[in-house]
Amino acid sequence: MSWITPAKLDQLGVLGMNRRNVDFIGRYNDRTLFPLVDNKLKTKLIAAEFEIKTPALLQVLEYQHQISHFRELIESLDGFVIKPAKGSGGKGITVITHRDGDFYFKPSGVAVDLATLERHLSNILAGLYSLGGSPDVAIVEQLIQPSSLLRQYSHQGVPDIRILVFQGYPVMAMLRLATVASDGKANLHQGAVGVGINIATGHSVHAVQFDQRVTHHPDTNMRLDDILINDWPDMLAMAASCYEASGLGYLGVDLVLDEQAGPLLLELNARPGLAIQMANGQGLLPRLAKIENMNHKKYCSPEHRAAVVMQAFG
Amino acid sequence: MTTRSRMPFYVAVFILISLGLVLAMLRHTNLGIPLFPGEQKQVWLVEARVDFVATGEPVLASLNLPLNPPGFRHSSELAASPGYGFSIIEGQQGRRAEWSKSYAQGPQTLYFKTQFVPTDYEHDALGEAEPQASLVFWEEPQATAVNELLQEVQRKSSTPESVTRELLKILGTERLINQNAELLLASKPLPRLSVDMLNYMGIPARLAEGLTLEDARRRQTLQPYIQIYNGENWRTYNANTGEQGLPDDVLLWRQGASSLLDVAGGSGSTVSFSILRQTVSALQLAKKDMAPSKSSFFSLHYLPVEEQSMFRMLLLLPLGALLVAFMRIVIGIKTSGTFMPVLIAIAFVQTSLLPGLIAFITVVGLGLMLRGYLARLNLLLVSRISALILLVIFITIALSILGYQAGYSTGMTVTFFPMVILAWTIERMSILWEEEGGHEVAVQGAGSLFVAICTYFVMMMPLAGHLTFNFPELHLVTLGLILLMGNYTGYKLSELRRFRPMKKANQP
Repeated sequence: MSWITPAKLDQLGVLGMNRRNVDFIGRYNDRTLFPLVDNKLKTKLIAAEFEIKTPALLQVLEYQHQISHFRELIESLDGFVIKPAKGSGGKGITVITHRDGDFYFKPSGVAVDLATLERHLSNILAGLYSLGGSPDVAIVEQLIQPSSLLRQYSHQGVPDIRILVFQGYPVMAMLRLATVASDGKANLHQGAVGVGINIATGHSVHAVQFDQRVTHHPDTNMRLDDILINDWPDMLAMAASCYEASGLGYLGVDLVLDEQAGPLLLELNARPGLAIQMANGQGLLPRLAKIENMNHKKYCSPEHRAAVVMQAFG
Repeated sequence: MTTRSRMPFYVAVFILISLGLVLAMLRHTNLGIPLFPGEQKQVWLVEARVDFVATGEPVLASLNLPLNPPGFRHSSELAASPGYGFSIIEGQQGRRAEWSKSYAQGPQTLYFKTQFVPTDYEHDALGEAEPQASLVFWEEPQATAVNELLQEVQRKSSTPESVTRELLKILGTERLINQNAELLLASKPLPRLSVDMLNYMGIPARLAEGLTLEDARRRQTLQPYIQIYNGENWRTYNANTGEQGLPDDVLLWRQGASSLLDVAGGSGSTVSFSILRQTVSALQLAKKDMAPSKSSFFSLHYLPVEEQSMFRMLLLLPLGALLVAFMRIVIGIKTSGTFMPVLIAIAFVQTSLLPGLIAFITVVGLGLMLRGYLARLNLLLVSRISALILLVIFITIALSILGYQAGYSTGMTVTFFPMVILAWTIERMSILWEEEGGHEVAVQGAGSLFVAICTYFVMMMPLAGHLTFNFPELHLVTLGLILLMGNYTGYKLSELRRFRPMKKANQP
């Protein structure tokens, strides 16, 4: 059993759960704004207003009777993603990569028929995946084609990039790679690999799985210390602009890098976790304090703010 | 940004906590509710026995009872006297016990028992009329002797206290060398004489009689004391020795009342006392004395016993809430459902720990297996949980019957668990299993049970039950602590472990 002393954690500037809840989420995130990020449909609509790109919205199913027309609605599509608008933690998301006649194929290669998809949609509308079982809507999105560079690192799934945005300034970032252990999900506590990203350059700096340091992806065996994310300044600016869109001062922004469309906003999180510190091997507090003490009026545009942090946290 | 000061918050919490403590302390001192359970207190059981010979006429016996004796308060009173009507009368003459009977013949014995509790509380004379010295007339030759004696006393003293001391010295130890004293004592006994002389001088004085409390004494008689009023309160002197002040073990049975015992319709009356030292639970004593007084207003002991036992449980709940808050905020133990551990703990209190634990794990385990089947039916949440509640009830019945047939009554204890809570627990656990895997279920399940068991032990502590029920105001302290914890921004204990790889992270 090894432990770390509170003094050492303090010295490293590690943000703890209690402090995050009281001093950051409690202070900077207005509760009335939470539904905006907890509902993916609302997030998409507000993102469109602020010209933040999201995966194209193909269909919205609100009522059970619409399900009978689902086949016609997706007639022209090859691959798509079905999501519950209020689902959290990736619950209820079904990805269809391609179709063959009446069979739809998941990324794992499993084929499902239309009836299965229709029952899944019915469950979503009935609130099976939403918090507290409240009625929900199902959204059908365009399938994301992860950039080939990042795809090779991940075991199935779509690698996504979490950027923590504090008062409009991106302060820390990590790349999340699915593994066999995480069952193709990019969820760190289920065993996905978290790769810390140097916010100034977009280079990987450090990586963990299950909170322990790793140098190679456990399944793809790729080296994790030489990843460079393309379009990094664009992604930072995009994340920064989510502050204006959501109004949340302490915000987790999940982005994906699409082969054709470039960076897309996947979802927003009003209660971003602390694992990003482990992935970076660095505490958040010094950076958060730096932003808190900054004169904010000077840098108003998201691009400008992104430039500021690239300078400050290099 | 909003950087509001936390100062008012801390002040409010401080006020809450100190208010709770002060209220509890006040009730402790005023009502004598003990701070610890099982605290013992010493009381004196004094039995007065009145004997007389009835003469065949209507009998009325009246015995003076102690009224606010310094250093003691009376607790319970009981008269034993077959065939006699009995009442306690409070009036001009102080408190008196009165026995009456329309006809009695021959030797009669009446008993009066009362408990006295030593106390620091002094009855103040506020509101009572200022005592006045009564008028005393002397006849010759006593008048001359009195005047001479008093001149002698006044030469040597100034205050009422010193006058009394000096007088008692002359009448007592110096009586043999003082002719005036000898003359006067021939006409009156010493206590009466000194009281009369003091009143003659203008110092209000009265006779008192006291009982020396010693364990297991029988047939004790009262000792004479005299009391003078010095303008503020009554001072007591031992009439025989002249000693000032009242020893701790002396109970003044009579203060100022004109007579100790009056018997009409009888002759040869005597009073004697038996004394016994008893130890009783301090709480019992406090309860007995909690007769309507102001500070006992907020006491749960007035409620019917059934409600009392409900409140006993209810008042333990905040402790559970406090413990859960501590475990989650400071320690960082994951529990399934915020307050489920408290509810489980309450069920444990009713079932006792081990049978409860076995029953709980069995029901939840069986429920999880059945829930696996329900999951395949693809039901909506509400109906799934409703179905689960029914299944839990079936399991409970089955366990109870099976246990009973097998000769274990422990099977029955399952019924103490709230069914809805069990159903929710199963539902949460199974969702957790699907989404996060068995490891997380084990972590949260073990965390919940650990917190529940801790809560159980806290609730079972005699001190906890005693304090929460007898001093409900202490929950203001609990509230304060919970509020304080809501402001705790330090690391959780679990984070010291979670973040331990950070130690090496900075040394590539």
